[in-house]
Amino acid sequence: MAFFEASEGPWPALLIGVPLLAAFTAIVTWRAARLLIWSGAAVVPVLSVVLLARVIHAGGLRLPIGGWAPPLGIAFAVDGLSAGFIVVTGLVMAGVLLFALPQFTASAPGAAESRAGYAFVPLVFLAWAALNALFLSGDLFNLYVALELLTLSAVALVAIDGRSGTIAAAIRYALFGLFGSLAYLLGAALLYAVHGTLDMALIAERATADGATVIAGALMTAGLAAKTALFPFHAWLPPAHSGAPAPASAILSGLVPKASFYIIVRIWFDVMPQAAGTIMPVLLGVLGSCAIIYGSVLAIRQEQLKLVIAYSTVAQLGYLFLIFPLAGGGGEPQPWAAGAWTGGIIHAFSHALAKAAMFLCAGLFMEALGHDRIAGLRGAAHHLPLTVFAFALAGVSLMGLPPSGGFTAKYLLLTASFAGGQIGWAIVIMVGGLLAALYLFRPLTYAFTRRGLEEREFARVPRPRQVIPLLLAGLSILLGIASAAPYDILQIGRPHAAVEGLE
Amino acid sequence: MTEMPVSSAQLFGLCGAALIGIGLYGFIAHRHLLRRLVGFNVIGSGVFLLFGSTGYRRVELGADPVPQALVITGVVVAVSATALLVALIIRLAQLTGSARLPEESPGGGR
Repeated sequence: MAFFEASEGPWPALLIGVPLLAAFTAIVTWRAARLLIWSGAAVVPVLSVVLLARVIHAGGLRLPIGGWAPPLGIAFAVDGLSAGFIVVTGLVMAGVLLFALPQFTASAPGAAESRAGYAFVPLVFLAWAALNALFLSGDLFNLYVALELLTLSAVALVAIDGRSGTIAAAIRYALFGLFGSLAYLLGAALLYAVHGTLDMALIAERATADGATVIAGALMTAGLAAKTALFPFHAWLPPAHSGAPAPASAILSGLVPKASFYIIVRIWFDVMPQAAGTIMPVLLGVLGSCAIIYGSVLAIRQEQLKLVIAYSTVAQLGYLFLIFPLAGGGGEPQPWAAGAWTGGIIHAFSHALAKAAMFLCAGLFMEALGHDRIAGLRGAAHHLPLTVFAFALAGVSLMGLPPSGGFTAKYLLLTASFAGGQIGWAIVIMVGGLLAALYLFRPLTYAFTRRGLEEREFARVPRPRQVIPLLLAGLSILLGIASAAPYDILQIGRPHAAVEGLE
Repeated sequence: MTEMPVSSAQLFGLCGAALIGIGLYGFIAHRHLLRRLVGFNVIGSGVFLLFGSTGYRRVELGADPVPQALVITGVVVAVSATALLVALIIRLAQLTGSARLPEESPGGGR
């Protein structure tokens, strides 16, 4: 991480402090939830954008907490990658909280407190604080703490409605997640034993391809892959993500797996690119390809909309892992040589926005219909045109059709694979796009069918709630139309390995 | 008195590694969720022991306090995770009458 040392106050800590304070306030006075959501959704995204602006201006920040420089102290490290993730997190979280406002907060002063309403708001704020802490952190142990905080709040979000099926899904998720955390911690302990520090920038200066570093990297990667639901660790994801309430699913599917993926990227590209060897990148790529094909095929076979979207997450997360074999492309640095790395990250951003929009749409369909069976979506385009439009827009991004963010991402990945002569990955990317079209056209076909319209009962859904998924889906399209901006932002503090490739 | 074949730091590290192995076996081999949770905690203890033992590598400098501080944080995290999982397992057992995941219950596979 080549940071320009910029003098900066400790204000980025507010990105963690404000949501954390909101979470605890929401626990104490759940009646203030409405006020907290409005102020949180207004303040934190603004702080995120200010951070991004500072990073663009200063070219990467390094903030030793309390003025103590590593290795004695702990530092925040912010570059284009982390600032980009923080902004996307802010947008999705604000959208989800505002969407959930009528669902989970008391509408009347005397209304009874509901279990889901009591739990939802603090947990979402907690997850937000954990995500921001994770993206800000420049220290492997801080990452561990943030990751655990995130896993615990995510597990609780899965279990929120308390049916036996979702409790089982939450336990399965927790077992995978906690095992992953321990593997990560063991890796961090080994790195500390070898290098005597946990600061990522300092380890990056000291790391070589020695045995302990390689084993530590493998342990951390395996643990984080289990948390990212990389094939074959994906079994926990579909029941957990489809069983949670729709706004919670939007966070779980859109943001939470990206956090562990972000750490894998940091470890291999920033901390120890020289320890990657030749097998690890290919192995991650192969597992990612398996996830793309397997997740898509299972998504096609589902009868319930939320399960389709959840299996689609398994498939879309697979694309992220293609950056490990594809980074570097043709070998010698070219102007587009960081294409695969940038493409993978843009894919993470656009998937976060599109998948959150899709889960919110599924939530609206469930409210209008009382179920989410695909065959029951007939006539939805007539009764809920805005929601179906938002779903279709998000689908355009997931399928990778132009001019969406998903298209930019897949275009960059494809260019890198052709330029590097690695045609196999390109075939997987294209087949994955076709399969995505198959599983997304099925619900859309039903939604546009007008036959049997009369006997269907659609409950009314207020229009402002329909606008939120539309905005999120629109942002994922905008990421493709204005793709130069995210591309440039990601080049700030970009690791050399993104250009030269792992090995 | 004969010289010990391994230093005390190495001995603690090896014990940690052994605990990780034992815990891993319990975590994977058992179906009852509380047993798996105990397995998780044994792995955790092993990792903490191993982490702690790395603080005593350079004897002439004395013990390195950083791993101790980190292990305390790790213990807090593990306790919270255990508490959450126990609560979930109790709720599952109340709802289904079994402290196993549905697909792993005898005869109750879905």
